[in-house]
Amino acid sequence: MAGLTVCLLFSGCSSRSSDSSGGDAADSVKLTGSGASFPFPLYDRWFKEYSRAHDDVQIDYQAKGSGAGIKDFTNGTVDFGASDAAMTDEEIAEVGQGVQLLPMTAGEVVLAYNLPGVEELKLSRDAYTGIFLGKVTNWTDPLIADANPGAKLPDEDITVVRRADSSGTTFVFTQHLSAISEEWANGPGTGKTVVWPDSDKIVASPKNDGVTATITQTPGAIGYIEYGYAKLTKLAMASLENKAGNFVLPSLESGQAALSNVEMPADLRAWLPDPPGDQAFPIVSYTWLLCYKKYEDPKQAEALKEVVKYCLTDGQKISDEMGYVPLPEDVVAKVTAALDAIQ
Amino acid sequence: MATSIEPNDSIDSVASPPTTWDVSWDRAFRGMTHVFSWMTILLVLYILYEIGGKAVPAIQEFGLSFITGTTWDANKGEFGVLPEIWGTLYSSLLALAIASFFGVSIAIFLTQDFLPTYLEVVFKNIVELLAAIPSVVYGLWGIYVVIPAIRPAANWVHEHFEWIPFFKTSLSGPGILPASLVLAIMILPTVSAISRDAISSVPHKLKEAAFGLGATRWEAIFGVIIPASATGIFGSLVLGFGRALGETMALAMLVGNSNQLTVSLFSPANTLAALLANNFPEAGKQEEQVLMYAALLLMAITLGVNIFGAAIMRRASAHMKGATK
Repeated sequence: MAGLTVCLLFSGCSSRSSDSSGGDAADSVKLTGSGASFPFPLYDRWFKEYSRAHDDVQIDYQAKGSGAGIKDFTNGTVDFGASDAAMTDEEIAEVGQGVQLLPMTAGEVVLAYNLPGVEELKLSRDAYTGIFLGKVTNWTDPLIADANPGAKLPDEDITVVRRADSSGTTFVFTQHLSAISEEWANGPGTGKTVVWPDSDKIVASPKNDGVTATITQTPGAIGYIEYGYAKLTKLAMASLENKAGNFVLPSLESGQAALSNVEMPADLRAWLPDPPGDQAFPIVSYTWLLCYKKYEDPKQAEALKEVVKYCLTDGQKISDEMGYVPLPEDVVAKVTAALDAIQ
Repeated sequence: MATSIEPNDSIDSVASPPTTWDVSWDRAFRGMTHVFSWMTILLVLYILYEIGGKAVPAIQEFGLSFITGTTWDANKGEFGVLPEIWGTLYSSLLALAIASFFGVSIAIFLTQDFLPTYLEVVFKNIVELLAAIPSVVYGLWGIYVVIPAIRPAANWVHEHFEWIPFFKTSLSGPGILPASLVLAIMILPTVSAISRDAISSVPHKLKEAAFGLGATRWEAIFGVIIPASATGIFGSLVLGFGRALGETMALAMLVGNSNQLTVSLFSPANTLAALLANNFPEAGKQEEQVLMYAALLLMAITLGVNIFGAAIMRRASAHMKGATK
């Protein structure tokens, strides 16, 4: 109990005291940001490399989660935010200085599973919505077995692993499920947290790493995580049936295929709940940087624009090795043009 | 147990009046202890005020239905924490049952001359070192070691005794049992250290007297030593239970965070502390108030347990005094 209250007090203090936005040193500019944990490995690397090349700019990014990022950004405690779920119109209306959303990279949400001896697993749309609705409960269920002739599927309960905390990854995943399944849309629906079906076989773990660890340790488990986490831990990933009816494995190519068919609107909020394309991986999402349209310190605005330009050019080249999907050319052009809105 | 210094055969027999320094230091110390004890009380009241103040809107809106409700849906604004209250009490009681058995056994083992003194010290330190391991490490250890270790046994029990409600479901991974086991290990140092102190503070003469009457070692332990130190042992259990109720990170990782009411040991469940840890960082305004309400409940439960414990202890010790008179 004592530990808990201290932790509550502490988190209260820290969010209040972190609104120092630098700028007092004559030359150096300090940028602080917080938000999505999904692109954190990539952002962290980008910002570190940029700071190394530019002594006068210091960037500090905390992966607190998309919701927390939006909250900090709205309260003005950070210079920029980051979110996988972009921002809603109501959220944007709350920010006085105006908001410029910038898609920075895209990621795939994959279904990782733990079935020793099963190297390939094809899941049809009915199969994986059924699994997450708690209706397909055994690996030998015909919905799974029919698509996987020859695979040695165990006669075992399916354990579904989901996120326990509010998460952008959950948002992207449930948005996809809502798009392809009416039952899902009318049931749990779309959100950073949703009410999951009641089942002894649906367990929740905190953060992407928690879900990854739980899948690794649970035979018969399946769960949704960001592609990079699955790649890093060498977890088996299922091929999913896409809109065109093909089974597609998550990869750089299938991610790019998904992005290539989606038109980016003027406000740069493009959703891909169910991207078209023969080779498109079905669960892909952009992730956004949240910037103010007006900064008090013009130097800060200038520095931030430079950082974003770096991320859009040199930065995109390392997206792939970190497990993210580089932005298509036309999106890069649109985002670069949007930087003019930031003053 | 070589050192048994009686209060009246003190070595320093030269008496002299206390110097001014002694007196003022004494007074200063006295004052300081007063200040600190009041500060502790004020701190508790301040925390109650802060959390309570933030919880007021949620209390007004949800009232008692918050305690009896079973859904947690931040999107629809529907909140109930009965499964979490149940999960908190269930996992903590289970952990306490395990930890009290092992903790008191360890305390007896380390105080009743079963081991040479130097080994006693080694063992005592090892047990107390358990308290120094961070909660997250316990959580990871639970995921990577405890769950795989108990899975075969748990599933065997489930297959053969499915008709017993405790074993109704199979163990998929995170759940009540692994959480309680790890929790038990986490509170073990608290239980064993305080029980050990209580047992070793039983006057040596009492034990000698029991031996003198012809009691065997075990008769002395169970008939004399344990009853005489029961108050302290019970105190250790209350403290351990309090710790178990509030434990957060390891439980968030191990309990499964599933919003359901269950008696099955192998089912995933949730606890109040895990609920707070998982939802607080991203909570919106309304959810934050609701979480404060949940925090207030957790605090009330912990305070309740402690008060209840203190009351029982008082009655028990009154009874003890009567017996020794």
